[in-house]
Amino acid sequence: MSFPWAEHYAPKHPLMRWVDEKLPLPRLVYNAVGAGYPVPRNLNYWWNFGVLAGLALVVQIVTGIILAMHYAANAGIAFVSVEQIMRDVNSGWMLRYAHSNGASMFLAVVYIHIFRGLYYGSYKAPREMVWLLGVVIFLLMMATAFMGYVLPWGQMSFWGAQVITGFFSAIPLVGEPIRELLLGGFAPDNAALNRFFSLHYLLPFVIAGVIILHIWALHIPGSNNPTGVDVKGPQDTVPFHPYYTSKDGMGAGVFFLIFALLVFFAPNLLGHPDNYIPANPLSTPAHIVPEWYFLPFYAILKAFTVNFLWIPAKLWGVMAMFGSILLLFFLPWLDKSPVRSSRYRPVYKWFFWALVADVVVLWYAGGSPAEEPYVRLGQFAAAYYFAHFLIILPIVSALEKPLPLPNSITEAVLGGEDEAAPIGLQQA
Amino acid sequence: MATPEQTMDPNHRPPVIAGTHEEGQGVRRRDFINIAAVSFAGVGAVAVAIPLVNQMNPSADVLALASIEVDISKIAEGQAIKTMWRKQPVFIRNLTAKEIAEADAVPVATLRDPQTLAERTKEGHKNWLITLGVCTHLGCVPLGAGEGENRGDFGGYFCPCHGSSYDTAARIRKGPAPKNLTVPEYAFKSDTVVQIG
Repeated sequence: MSFPWAEHYAPKHPLMRWVDEKLPLPRLVYNAVGAGYPVPRNLNYWWNFGVLAGLALVVQIVTGIILAMHYAANAGIAFVSVEQIMRDVNSGWMLRYAHSNGASMFLAVVYIHIFRGLYYGSYKAPREMVWLLGVVIFLLMMATAFMGYVLPWGQMSFWGAQVITGFFSAIPLVGEPIRELLLGGFAPDNAALNRFFSLHYLLPFVIAGVIILHIWALHIPGSNNPTGVDVKGPQDTVPFHPYYTSKDGMGAGVFFLIFALLVFFAPNLLGHPDNYIPANPLSTPAHIVPEWYFLPFYAILKAFTVNFLWIPAKLWGVMAMFGSILLLFFLPWLDKSPVRSSRYRPVYKWFFWALVADVVVLWYAGGSPAEEPYVRLGQFAAAYYFAHFLIILPIVSALEKPLPLPNSITEAVLGGEDEAAPIGLQQA
Repeated sequence: MATPEQTMDPNHRPPVIAGTHEEGQGVRRRDFINIAAVSFAGVGAVAVAIPLVNQMNPSADVLALASIEVDISKIAEGQAIKTMWRKQPVFIRNLTAKEIAEADAVPVATLRDPQTLAERTKEGHKNWLITLGVCTHLGCVPLGAGEGENRGDFGGYFCPCHGSSYDTAARIRKGPAPKNLTVPEYAFKSDTVVQIG
């Protein structure tokens, strides 16, 4: 697919040859995630997170299909049906905790995957399309996670639905009609719950489809690597299988270890106790916050507290929040530096870590009550977030003098040696 | 088989194993790790699959509906009622002396599913025939418990789906059903109250 020296699929068994003639599906898999896909030899563990995200999606789809066998999407009995899953369905507690914590694992893995792309310049040419499709997947994931959180029909579900659909009412003139259209009513109720369930079931399969496009687009130039230097020849790559299947297997083991710790020892650590109270349209919880993975964006939403330029604060907040994600679509063209990896970008490297710190501050501010000093903190952090992409990045990429790049991946890995030598046999 | 200790030191080639080529065709340390790791993951996958399938079995709230009490004092001789147990119909029939005599007159050895009426009722309550109203062929509800319904060729129950006829002890006599109508687990709490399940 990507490189001429990729190993060719040559089935030995007559049955596999027969299948290959009629429907070359094993060949497709072989070329996509098998020995037929040559991958740079120097990928580190940060490259595990793409496969782990795919794994998390599989966990969510499997547990989700099972939960849908027991869940009732009706405002009158949704909460009870979730409690029935927890108490009466065989292993239902485990399946529901796996699904709710699986969402957290999925988002966590994807955030690391995104920051890995930012650090190593994986969004740059020739991989812009990979990045754009990744942002689409991220948006779909956010929509899916939000609608899934509404389904248990607890207090946080209800008021989350109220607040998030309220974003749309900020749109001038047509905002309120749009919100009523989305909800099928004037407040979240049975109509909203039913359509959220329908879409929550649909979107993961749409995500799976966009992931196929994401991988397809990736396989045209091939994977990036920690040096960001292009693959020059066969000596720079190893086959995906068995080298990276085993490395990803190691990562998958750690992933499932952390996942099991959450599910079995702290299943409600990342949730809100208020969501174990049935939805009550007459009483808002005292401290309403989204799930942890939305907090940085929630902080940007809350950062706008006054009207200016004739635009109300509410609309500013909603535009900024959506803008903070849509901005990522322009990233490949905002960063003009031809050097991909931060290893060879002495100035950008620091601003990358400043962005990581900024997102952590936004996360903290987003989870804090709407009072000083948190509001001010969130405002500064939100301003810095936009400044990073719109001001700092273009300037740094224009002025920065990158470090000398290695001539090839192999040179970077072996330090000038032609052949890798086992430890102990290296020249002193 | 080479032990891990023998091959741990990269300065030494793995010892040549009897019956194999010197190119290291035996079970190498890497093969051993590979097989062990994949087997371990396989066992884990099977362990995870068990609850994923078991969740489809009846849940605790379904199992909790497993017992009912029925007042039979209003059922006159020759009458039958239908009730529900575990979401399935149950027939409770007060047999007449003639029906009991008919049932007892049948040679048991000639039956498809040989059972006497006494075996299918409780001692001292031989007139109370309690069975599931579920045909043992493919699960339809047989006729005969309601007033004026077709009781088939043998005066018991008749399944309209595929024509199975049951006699006055609800034993299969004609048609495709393989078994007699099932007698559920039940007990007389008093002469007029039956607990089913």
